[in-house]
Amino acid sequence: MPLATEDREAAKTTTSEVPAKMRGARILLEALVREGVDTVFGYPGGAVLHIYDELARMGPRLRHVLARHEQGAIHMAEGYSKATGKVGVVLVTSGPGATNTVTGIANAYIDSTPLVIITGQVPRKMIGTDAFQEVDTVGITRPCTKYNYMVRTVEELAPIVQEAFYLARTGRPGPVLIDVPKDVTAETAAFPPPAEIRLPGYKPSLAAEPKQIEEALDKVLAAKRPVLYVGGGVIHSGASEELFELAEALHIPVTPTLMGLGCFPAGHPLSLGMLGMHGTYWANMAVSGSDLLLAVGVRFDDRVTGRLDTFATGAEIVHIDVDDSSLSKNVRAHCAIVADAKTALRQMLDALRLRPSPAAPSRRNLDEWWQQIAVWKAHAPLAYKASRDVIKPQQLCEELERLTGGTAIIATDVGQHQMWLAQYYGFRGPRQNLTSGGLGAMGYGFPAALGAQLAFPDRQVIAFVGDGGFQMTAQELATAVQYRTNTKIIIMNNNSLGMVRQWQEIFYDRNYSHVDMEWTPDFLKLAEAYGATGLRARYPSELSSVLERGLATPGVVVMDIIVEVEENVFPMVPPGGGIADMVLG
Amino acid sequence: MNLKMRHTLSIVVENHYGELARIVGLFGARGYNIESLTVAETLDPAISCVTLVTSGDDRTIEQIVKQVNKLVRVLHVSDLTGSAHFEREMVLVNVRTESSSALQTVLGLVAQDHLRVAEVMDDGLIIEATGEWKEINTLIARLVPFGIRHIVRTGTVAVWKQPSEEVTNLVGNIQKSPSEGRAGKVA
Repeated sequence: MPLATEDREAAKTTTSEVPAKMRGARILLEALVREGVDTVFGYPGGAVLHIYDELARMGPRLRHVLARHEQGAIHMAEGYSKATGKVGVVLVTSGPGATNTVTGIANAYIDSTPLVIITGQVPRKMIGTDAFQEVDTVGITRPCTKYNYMVRTVEELAPIVQEAFYLARTGRPGPVLIDVPKDVTAETAAFPPPAEIRLPGYKPSLAAEPKQIEEALDKVLAAKRPVLYVGGGVIHSGASEELFELAEALHIPVTPTLMGLGCFPAGHPLSLGMLGMHGTYWANMAVSGSDLLLAVGVRFDDRVTGRLDTFATGAEIVHIDVDDSSLSKNVRAHCAIVADAKTALRQMLDALRLRPSPAAPSRRNLDEWWQQIAVWKAHAPLAYKASRDVIKPQQLCEELERLTGGTAIIATDVGQHQMWLAQYYGFRGPRQNLTSGGLGAMGYGFPAALGAQLAFPDRQVIAFVGDGGFQMTAQELATAVQYRTNTKIIIMNNNSLGMVRQWQEIFYDRNYSHVDMEWTPDFLKLAEAYGATGLRARYPSELSSVLERGLATPGVVVMDIIVEVEENVFPMVPPGGGIADMVLG
Repeated sequence: MNLKMRHTLSIVVENHYGELARIVGLFGARGYNIESLTVAETLDPAISCVTLVTSGDDRTIEQIVKQVNKLVRVLHVSDLTGSAHFEREMVLVNVRTESSSALQTVLGLVAQDHLRVAEVMDDGLIIEATGEWKEINTLIARLVPFGIRHIVRTGTVAVWKQPSEEVTNLVGNIQKSPSEGRAGKVA
């Protein structure tokens, strides 16, 4: 599309001068910068040509990371967001560019990751004509975004960007998509000052009703067998400190969900480890035997609760979540509090301080409960049988924890490796564990790690993936090398789709159906082909040295760790079972 | 209560492109039933009111209300069932009256039930009726034996008898508390 003279004038503008009037493309980018965006993950194409034309002029004000596939771009933005807490930004073209991001959008939606996705669209006049690279992006993404927009005029552009960021980062965070027709980015207009956001129907709750806090506290202090069940909401709201204070003050056991790993330090005496389908036996028993469940920033996911009619039947449930629709959705809460986790926990701490005899008496009252938990823990600790001939995946996770001190940022895919890491790697802090929890998207781990590494170039960032998942987004090795990152990729290579294989073994009478990766590339050569370093460990004797060398080698390193194929993840709640009915192995 | 019951929801939503699709899509995606749906603008063309009839047990209805309330541009949602409200539905029935005896019987029915004959044709009548959902069902059942050639129902519309100040501020024109302006939904 030829540019009008006016557009050409606007296009000539350099970073040093911000003109009175500019193209929609530039307005979009200036609006991003105004929201504090420093990095955009993207992939160019026809409908976003004007935007990329302007992007080239933004210089260091806005970094663009060129992925090798739009799915890679969006998972990078998710990893960037999860590691930093900032809004991740994605820029892709119309049609396939947009559809390739859908997996990541759905992933971010269910895991409450704040993203703003900008998709190009065909010019307004061509919408609805089945034009080249036209797809109804707004329609496709409506059910998996917190909100989405089609920009209809260039004047709307800046206010929509502002509103989109506000929606993405407030309340229950989530992805917001902006579909921008190409001709809107070519029109010129003034870059407007920030507008007042007017969303009368959107009022995210922050503080809880004081009466409810008192009620919750009464229940917690009266409980003889309380458990804190905490999840991703604690991390999103930055409530780790408040959680820590409250757990210590009341001496209550804490069990995090998969999304909550790291929100309370693993290895702390009050931590029970993860609960749920592959949670620890003692965490599941404690939840099942509890008389009070203080659930914070969680949504009673089916992988956590197992069979609902047997879940924590003796417990009163106090549920704090910022999303009202999560309260009493799967499990009826006796005290349902719509509030931000950090604010509500701070309110509880303040209220606790005003009580006549804080902490000490409740601590004494819980001795019996802690003894019971110790019995459960002794009955079925996490364990595996080490071997001299073959590396056990659990051993790999433990070794990784030892070498990194539990402080690395680790992104995983979905499956056995994800569960073993959750069980055997003790995350010390929040925003270290990047995983695809709700959607369970293979191919997430490596690009997510890359996004986190680009946010924190000097931190130890590891993609811990299976050989199956890695092959879904392995092309991002090019991105990792191009941007000179130090991303480390550890492939837990069992040459099969392990979790599916495990289910076929246990529930389908070993009728293995298409879970054996009969042909897998040589990951060392693959690494070398992309300009990365490849290392391999086949035997337990090699494990430590390969990991040590790999983690210490600068640049992108692929560590191919050949592990036991037949190893299964235990303990396990069989499908349809209650969480107290665990198969221990 | 685990009984599946018919519920009439009143949803006040900003009149934006795509908002109805969001509401309908939510019901489809989460497996909630839509028995009827009507939508039109209010006194303020920037605001629409949707009356939606669904069914479910108490838990499901609670979840539906929360999910609809979560939609960014939904200003207010309430379950009218169980509160004092007034419901009406309109139906247009094109009924066959080929014989004069059939015509007489149908006209008798029309007189007895205070219905309106909207149009008279050589071989049939178009009957217009408004009433509660159940009344409309009864009427249709009585017309079925004559042969219905075409029938269209509008679906239920409903109003509060004593709306809250919040609702009146949104869809009425009596500003009871102008200082608050348009109150948002209860978050």
